[in-house]
Amino acid sequence: MESVKNIELLLEKYFEGETSIAEEKVLKQYFTSETVAPHLEQYRSLFGYFKAEQEEKLEQPIVLTSQKTTLYRWLVAASIALLLGGGFWFTQQEAPQNAVAQSELGTYDSPEEAFEETQKALAMVSGHLNTGIESIGYLNEYENSKNQVFKQ
Amino acid sequence: MHQNEFVQLITPFKDKVFRLAKRLLVSTEEAEDATQEVMVKLWAKNETLSELNSVEAMAMTMTRNYCLDQLKSKRAGNMSIAHSNYQDRQAGLQQQMEDGDRLQWVERMINDLPEQQRMIIQMREVEEYEFEEIANVLGMNETAVRVALSRARKVLREKMMQIEQYGIG
Repeated sequence: MESVKNIELLLEKYFEGETSIAEEKVLKQYFTSETVAPHLEQYRSLFGYFKAEQEEKLEQPIVLTSQKTTLYRWLVAASIALLLGGGFWFTQQEAPQNAVAQSELGTYDSPEEAFEETQKALAMVSGHLNTGIESIGYLNEYENSKNQVFKQ
Repeated sequence: MHQNEFVQLITPFKDKVFRLAKRLLVSTEEAEDATQEVMVKLWAKNETLSELNSVEAMAMTMTRNYCLDQLKSKRAGNMSIAHSNYQDRQAGLQQQMEDGDRLQWVERMINDLPEQQRMIIQMREVEEYEFEEIANVLGMNETAVRVALSRARKVLREKMMQIEQYGIG
Protein backbone atom coordinates (compact mmCIF):
# COMPACT_ATOMS: atom_id res chain seq x y z
CA MET A 1 0.00 0.00 0.00
CA GLU A 2 1.34 3.36 -1.01
CA SER A 3 1.66 6.00 1.66
CA VAL A 4 -0.37 9.16 1.16
CA LYS A 5 2.83 11.20 1.32
CA ASN A 6 4.29 9.23 -1.56
CA ILE A 7 1.13 9.67 -3.61
CA GLU A 8 1.22 13.40 -3.02
CA LEU A 9 4.81 13.53 -4.24
CA LEU A 10 3.96 11.45 -7.30
CA LEU A 11 1.02 13.74 -8.07
CA GLU A 12 3.28 16.75 -7.99
CA LYS A 13 5.65 15.12 -10.46
CA TYR A 14 2.69 13.91 -12.49
CA PHE A 15 1.38 17.39 -13.19
CA GLU A 16 4.83 18.52 -14.27
CA GLY A 17 4.93 15.66 -16.77
CA GLU A 18 7.85 14.05 -14.96
CA THR A 19 6.45 10.72 -13.84
CA SER A 20 7.43 7.49 -15.58
CA ILE A 21 4.89 5.00 -16.91
CA ALA A 22 5.55 2.81 -13.85
CA GLU A 23 4.85 5.70 -11.48
CA GLU A 24 1.69 6.58 -13.36
CA LYS A 25 0.56 2.99 -12.97
CA VAL A 26 1.02 3.35 -9.21
CA LEU A 27 -1.21 6.43 -9.30
CA LYS A 28 -3.87 4.66 -11.35
CA GLN A 29 -3.72 1.73 -8.96
CA TYR A 30 -4.08 3.97 -5.91
CA PHE A 31 -6.95 6.04 -7.24
CA THR A 32 -8.95 3.04 -8.36
CA SER A 33 -8.59 1.33 -4.97
CA GLU A 34 -11.13 1.48 -2.17
CA THR A 35 -9.11 3.66 0.15
CA VAL A 36 -8.40 7.09 -1.25
CA ALA A 37 -7.47 9.83 1.21
CA PRO A 38 -10.37 12.32 1.43
CA HIS A 39 -8.30 15.32 0.35
CA LEU A 40 -7.22 13.43 -2.79
CA GLU A 41 -10.73 12.27 -3.64
CA GLN A 42 -10.98 14.84 -6.46
CA TYR A 43 -8.45 12.94 -8.58
CA ARG A 44 -10.33 9.68 -8.41
CA SER A 45 -12.53 10.20 -11.43
CA LEU A 46 -9.60 11.34 -13.56
CA PHE A 47 -7.55 8.19 -13.03
CA GLY A 48 -10.70 6.09 -12.92
CA TYR A 49 -11.58 7.38 -16.36
CA PHE A 50 -8.18 6.50 -17.82
CA LYS A 51 -8.43 3.02 -16.40
CA ALA A 52 -11.95 2.56 -17.77
CA GLU A 53 -10.95 3.83 -21.20
CA GLN A 54 -8.31 1.14 -21.52
CA GLU A 55 -11.15 -1.37 -21.65
CA GLU A 56 -12.93 0.20 -24.60
CA LYS A 57 -12.85 -2.20 -27.52
CA LEU A 58 -13.55 -2.03 -31.21
CA GLU A 59 -16.78 -4.03 -31.48
CA GLN A 60 -16.84 -4.16 -35.26
CA PRO A 61 -14.83 -6.76 -37.14
CA ILE A 62 -12.35 -5.32 -39.60
CA VAL A 63 -13.18 -6.09 -43.20
CA LEU A 64 -10.32 -5.86 -45.64
CA THR A 65 -12.30 -4.99 -48.73
CA SER A 66 -9.20 -4.19 -50.76
CA GLN A 67 -9.73 -7.10 -53.16
CA LYS A 68 -13.32 -6.19 -53.68
CA THR A 69 -12.36 -2.55 -54.16
CA THR A 70 -9.77 -3.35 -56.80
CA LEU A 71 -12.29 -5.48 -58.68
CA TYR A 72 -14.78 -2.63 -58.42
CA ARG A 73 -12.20 -0.18 -59.71
CA TRP A 74 -11.41 -2.42 -62.64
CA LEU A 75 -15.09 -2.64 -63.46
CA VAL A 76 -15.42 1.13 -63.40
CA ALA A 77 -12.31 1.54 -65.57
CA ALA A 78 -13.54 -1.08 -68.02
CA SER A 79 -16.96 0.50 -68.39
CA ILE A 80 -15.45 3.95 -68.96
CA ALA A 81 -13.13 2.50 -71.61
CA LEU A 82 -16.08 0.78 -73.22
CA LEU A 83 -18.11 3.99 -73.28
CA LEU A 84 -15.26 6.03 -74.76
CA GLY A 85 -14.43 3.35 -77.29
CA GLY A 86 -18.08 3.00 -78.26
CA GLY A 87 -18.46 6.74 -78.64
CA PHE A 88 -15.34 6.97 -80.77
CA TRP A 89 -16.48 4.11 -82.98
CA PHE A 90 -19.90 5.72 -83.31
CA THR A 91 -18.54 9.09 -84.45
CA GLN A 92 -16.21 7.36 -86.87
CA GLN A 93 -19.23 5.57 -88.33
CA GLU A 94 -21.14 8.82 -88.55
CA ALA A 95 -18.49 10.74 -90.47
CA PRO A 96 -18.89 9.15 -93.94
CA GLN A 97 -22.66 9.62 -93.73
CA ASN A 98 -22.12 13.31 -93.13
CA ALA A 99 -19.93 13.47 -96.19
CA VAL A 100 -22.71 11.94 -98.26
CA ALA A 101 -25.30 14.32 -96.84
CA GLN A 102 -23.14 17.31 -97.71
CA SER A 103 -22.70 16.17 -101.27
CA GLU A 104 -26.46 16.06 -101.64
CA LEU A 105 -26.97 19.72 -100.68
CA GLY A 106 -26.83 20.66 -104.33
CA THR A 107 -24.11 22.35 -106.33
CA TYR A 108 -24.13 24.60 -109.36
CA ASP A 109 -21.93 24.01 -112.29
CA SER A 110 -21.64 27.56 -113.64
CA PRO A 111 -20.23 30.31 -111.37
CA GLU A 112 -22.88 32.85 -112.49
CA GLU A 113 -25.70 30.59 -111.42
CA ALA A 114 -24.00 29.97 -108.12
CA PHE A 115 -23.53 33.70 -107.60
CA GLU A 116 -27.22 34.43 -108.27
CA GLU A 117 -28.37 31.71 -105.96
CA THR A 118 -26.06 32.94 -103.23
CA GLN A 119 -27.37 36.47 -103.61
CA LYS A 120 -30.93 35.21 -103.35
CA ALA A 121 -30.14 33.30 -100.22
CA LEU A 122 -28.39 36.28 -98.63
CA ALA A 123 -31.25 38.61 -99.58
CA MET A 124 -33.68 36.25 -97.87
CA VAL A 125 -31.59 36.24 -94.72
CA SER A 126 -31.27 40.06 -94.62
CA GLY A 127 -35.01 40.41 -95.32
CA HIS A 128 -35.80 38.32 -92.25
CA LEU A 129 -33.27 40.23 -90.24
CA ASN A 130 -34.95 43.55 -91.13
CA THR A 131 -38.34 42.33 -89.95
CA GLY A 132 -36.66 41.82 -86.61
CA ILE A 133 -35.14 45.27 -86.63
CA GLU A 134 -38.50 46.97 -87.34
CA SER A 135 -39.88 45.72 -84.05
CA ILE A 136 -36.84 47.11 -82.26
CA GLY A 137 -38.13 50.53 -83.38
CA TYR A 138 -40.72 50.40 -80.60
CA LEU A 139 -37.93 50.41 -78.10
CA ASN A 140 -37.08 53.95 -79.20
CA GLU A 141 -40.47 55.06 -77.87
CA TYR A 142 -39.47 53.88 -74.43
CA GLU A 143 -36.20 55.67 -74.81
CA ASN A 144 -38.01 58.93 -75.74
CA SER A 145 -40.45 58.80 -72.84
CA LYS A 146 -37.62 57.95 -70.47
CA ASN A 147 -35.78 61.01 -71.66
CA GLN A 148 -38.88 63.13 -71.02
CA VAL A 149 -39.16 61.90 -67.45
CA PHE A 150 -35.49 62.01 -66.57
CA LYS A 151 -34.43 65.16 -68.31
CA GLN A 152 -30.86 64.99 -69.29
CA MET B 1 1.51 -11.42 -46.47
CA HIS B 2 -1.77 -13.27 -46.31
CA GLN B 3 -4.91 -11.70 -45.02
CA ASN B 4 -4.82 -13.95 -41.95
CA GLU B 5 -1.28 -12.91 -41.09
CA PHE B 6 -2.25 -9.30 -41.47
CA VAL B 7 -5.22 -9.68 -39.15
CA GLN B 8 -2.84 -11.29 -36.63
CA LEU B 9 -0.49 -8.35 -37.03
CA ILE B 10 -3.09 -5.68 -36.34
CA THR B 11 -4.88 -7.48 -33.50
CA PRO B 12 -2.65 -6.09 -30.72
CA PHE B 13 -3.29 -2.47 -31.67
CA LYS B 14 -6.60 -2.23 -33.49
CA ASP B 15 -8.34 -1.17 -30.27
CA LYS B 16 -5.74 1.56 -29.76
CA VAL B 17 -6.39 2.86 -33.26
CA PHE B 18 -10.12 2.85 -32.55
CA ARG B 19 -9.69 4.65 -29.23
CA LEU B 20 -7.44 7.32 -30.72
CA ALA B 21 -9.94 7.85 -33.53
CA LYS B 22 -12.75 8.11 -31.01
CA ARG B 23 -10.79 10.60 -28.93
CA LEU B 24 -10.57 12.83 -31.98
CA LEU B 25 -13.88 12.19 -33.73
CA VAL B 26 -15.95 11.60 -30.55
CA SER B 27 -18.65 9.54 -32.26
CA THR B 28 -18.30 5.75 -32.03
CA GLU B 29 -19.57 5.17 -35.56
CA GLU B 30 -17.13 7.61 -37.08
CA ALA B 31 -14.28 6.10 -35.07
CA GLU B 32 -15.25 2.64 -36.35
CA ASP B 33 -15.26 3.90 -39.92
CA ALA B 34 -11.90 5.58 -39.39
CA THR B 35 -10.39 2.37 -37.98
CA GLN B 36 -11.71 0.44 -40.94
CA GLU B 37 -10.29 2.99 -43.35
CA VAL B 38 -6.87 3.06 -41.70
CA MET B 39 -6.64 -0.74 -41.67
CA VAL B 40 -7.52 -1.00 -45.35
CA LYS B 41 -4.88 1.62 -46.12
CA LEU B 42 -2.39 -0.31 -44.04
CA TRP B 43 -3.33 -3.51 -45.85
CA ALA B 44 -2.67 -1.77 -49.14
CA LYS B 45 0.88 -1.07 -47.93
CA ASN B 46 1.24 -4.79 -47.30
CA GLU B 47 4.56 -5.26 -49.13
CA THR B 48 6.39 -2.44 -47.39
CA LEU B 49 5.21 -3.24 -43.85
CA SER B 50 8.13 -5.53 -43.09
CA GLU B 51 10.52 -2.59 -43.58
CA LEU B 52 8.91 -0.65 -40.76
CA ASN B 53 10.26 -0.48 -37.23
CA SER B 54 6.80 -0.40 -35.76
CA VAL B 55 3.61 -1.10 -37.67
CA GLU B 56 1.69 0.12 -34.64
CA ALA B 57 3.37 3.55 -34.72
CA MET B 58 2.64 3.72 -38.45
CA ALA B 59 -1.01 2.83 -37.84
CA MET B 60 -1.32 5.46 -35.12
CA THR B 61 0.22 8.13 -37.34
CA MET B 62 -2.15 7.21 -40.15
CA THR B 63 -5.07 7.38 -37.72
CA ARG B 64 -4.00 10.82 -36.55
CA ASN B 65 -3.72 12.09 -40.13
CA TYR B 66 -6.99 10.54 -41.22
CA CYS B 67 -8.95 11.91 -38.27
CA LEU B 68 -7.48 15.40 -38.53
CA ASP B 69 -8.42 15.42 -42.21
CA GLN B 70 -11.92 14.33 -41.31
CA LEU B 71 -12.23 17.10 -38.75
CA LYS B 72 -10.89 19.65 -41.19
CA SER B 73 -13.35 18.74 -43.94
CA LYS B 74 -16.14 18.67 -41.40
CA ARG B 75 -15.26 22.17 -40.28
CA ALA B 76 -15.04 23.29 -43.89
CA GLY B 77 -18.51 21.87 -44.45
CA ASN B 78 -19.68 23.81 -41.40
CA MET B 79 -21.02 20.74 -39.66
CA SER B 80 -20.85 20.36 -35.93
CA ILE B 81 -19.46 17.24 -34.38
CA ALA B 82 -22.25 15.27 -32.80
CA HIS B 83 -21.55 14.81 -29.12
CA SER B 84 -23.90 11.90 -28.98
CA ASN B 85 -21.70 9.51 -27.07
CA TYR B 86 -21.92 10.95 -23.63
CA GLN B 87 -25.06 9.11 -22.76
CA ASP B 88 -24.05 5.64 -23.74
CA ARG B 89 -22.62 4.51 -20.42
CA GLN B 90 -25.01 2.32 -18.53
CA ALA B 91 -26.03 3.49 -15.11
CA GLY B 92 -27.72 1.26 -12.62
CA LEU B 93 -27.61 2.19 -8.97
CA GLN B 94 -27.43 5.74 -7.73
CA GLN B 95 -23.73 5.45 -6.92
CA GLN B 96 -22.96 3.99 -10.31
CA MET B 97 -24.86 6.80 -11.90
CA GLU B 98 -22.87 9.39 -9.99
CA ASP B 99 -19.61 7.70 -10.92
CA GLY B 100 -20.76 7.49 -14.51
CA ASP B 101 -21.59 11.17 -14.46
CA ARG B 102 -18.14 11.97 -13.20
CA LEU B 103 -16.49 9.85 -15.86
CA GLN B 104 -18.59 11.58 -18.48
CA TRP B 105 -17.42 14.91 -17.16
CA VAL B 106 -13.81 13.83 -17.38
CA GLU B 107 -14.46 12.72 -20.94
CA ARG B 108 -16.02 16.02 -21.82
CA MET B 109 -13.13 17.93 -20.27
CA ILE B 110 -10.58 15.94 -22.22
CA ASN B 111 -12.51 16.35 -25.44
CA ASP B 112 -12.54 20.10 -24.89
CA LEU B 113 -8.75 20.18 -25.06
CA PRO B 114 -6.99 21.11 -28.31
CA GLU B 115 -6.57 18.14 -30.65
CA GLN B 116 -2.88 17.70 -30.06
CA GLN B 117 -3.26 17.60 -26.28
CA ARG B 118 -6.14 15.18 -26.66
CA MET B 119 -3.94 12.80 -28.63
CA ILE B 120 -1.11 13.11 -26.13
CA ILE B 121 -3.42 12.46 -23.17
CA GLN B 122 -4.90 9.49 -25.00
CA MET B 123 -1.57 7.90 -25.86
CA ARG B 124 0.04 8.56 -22.48
CA GLU B 125 -2.77 7.99 -19.99
CA VAL B 126 -4.78 5.33 -21.75
CA GLU B 127 -2.29 3.56 -24.02
CA GLU B 128 0.68 4.17 -21.70
CA TYR B 129 3.11 5.04 -24.47
CA GLU B 130 6.59 6.34 -23.69
CA PHE B 131 7.36 9.93 -24.68
CA GLU B 132 9.57 8.68 -27.46
CA GLU B 133 6.70 6.73 -29.04
CA ILE B 134 4.28 9.66 -28.76
CA ALA B 135 6.87 12.00 -30.26
CA ASN B 136 7.30 9.55 -33.11
CA VAL B 137 3.58 9.28 -33.88
CA LEU B 138 2.97 13.02 -33.69
CA GLY B 139 6.19 14.11 -35.37
CA MET B 140 7.19 16.25 -32.37
CA ASN B 141 10.20 16.20 -30.09
CA GLU B 142 9.99 14.58 -26.65
CA THR B 143 10.32 17.81 -24.71
CA ALA B 144 7.41 19.35 -26.59
CA VAL B 145 5.32 16.25 -25.82
CA ARG B 146 6.21 16.50 -22.13
CA VAL B 147 5.35 20.19 -21.98
CA ALA B 148 2.02 19.72 -23.78
CA LEU B 149 1.16 16.77 -21.53
CA SER B 150 1.90 18.75 -18.38
CA ARG B 151 -0.20 21.63 -19.67
CA ALA B 152 -3.12 19.35 -20.48
CA ARG B 153 -2.93 17.64 -17.08
CA LYS B 154 -2.96 20.98 -15.31
CA VAL B 155 -5.99 22.15 -17.28
CA LEU B 156 -7.80 18.95 -16.31
CA ARG B 157 -6.84 19.43 -12.66
CA GLU B 158 -8.16 22.97 -12.67
CA LYS B 159 -11.46 21.91 -14.20
CA MET B 160 -11.78 19.05 -11.72
CA MET B 161 -11.31 21.50 -8.88
CA GLN B 162 -13.98 23.81 -10.25
CA ILE B 163 -16.42 20.93 -10.33
CA GLU B 164 -15.39 19.89 -6.84
CA GLN B 165 -16.08 23.41 -5.61
CA TYR B 166 -19.25 24.25 -7.47
CA GLY B 167 -20.65 20.82 -8.09
CA ILE B 168 -21.57 19.15 -11.34
CA GLY B 169 -23.89 21.04 -13.61
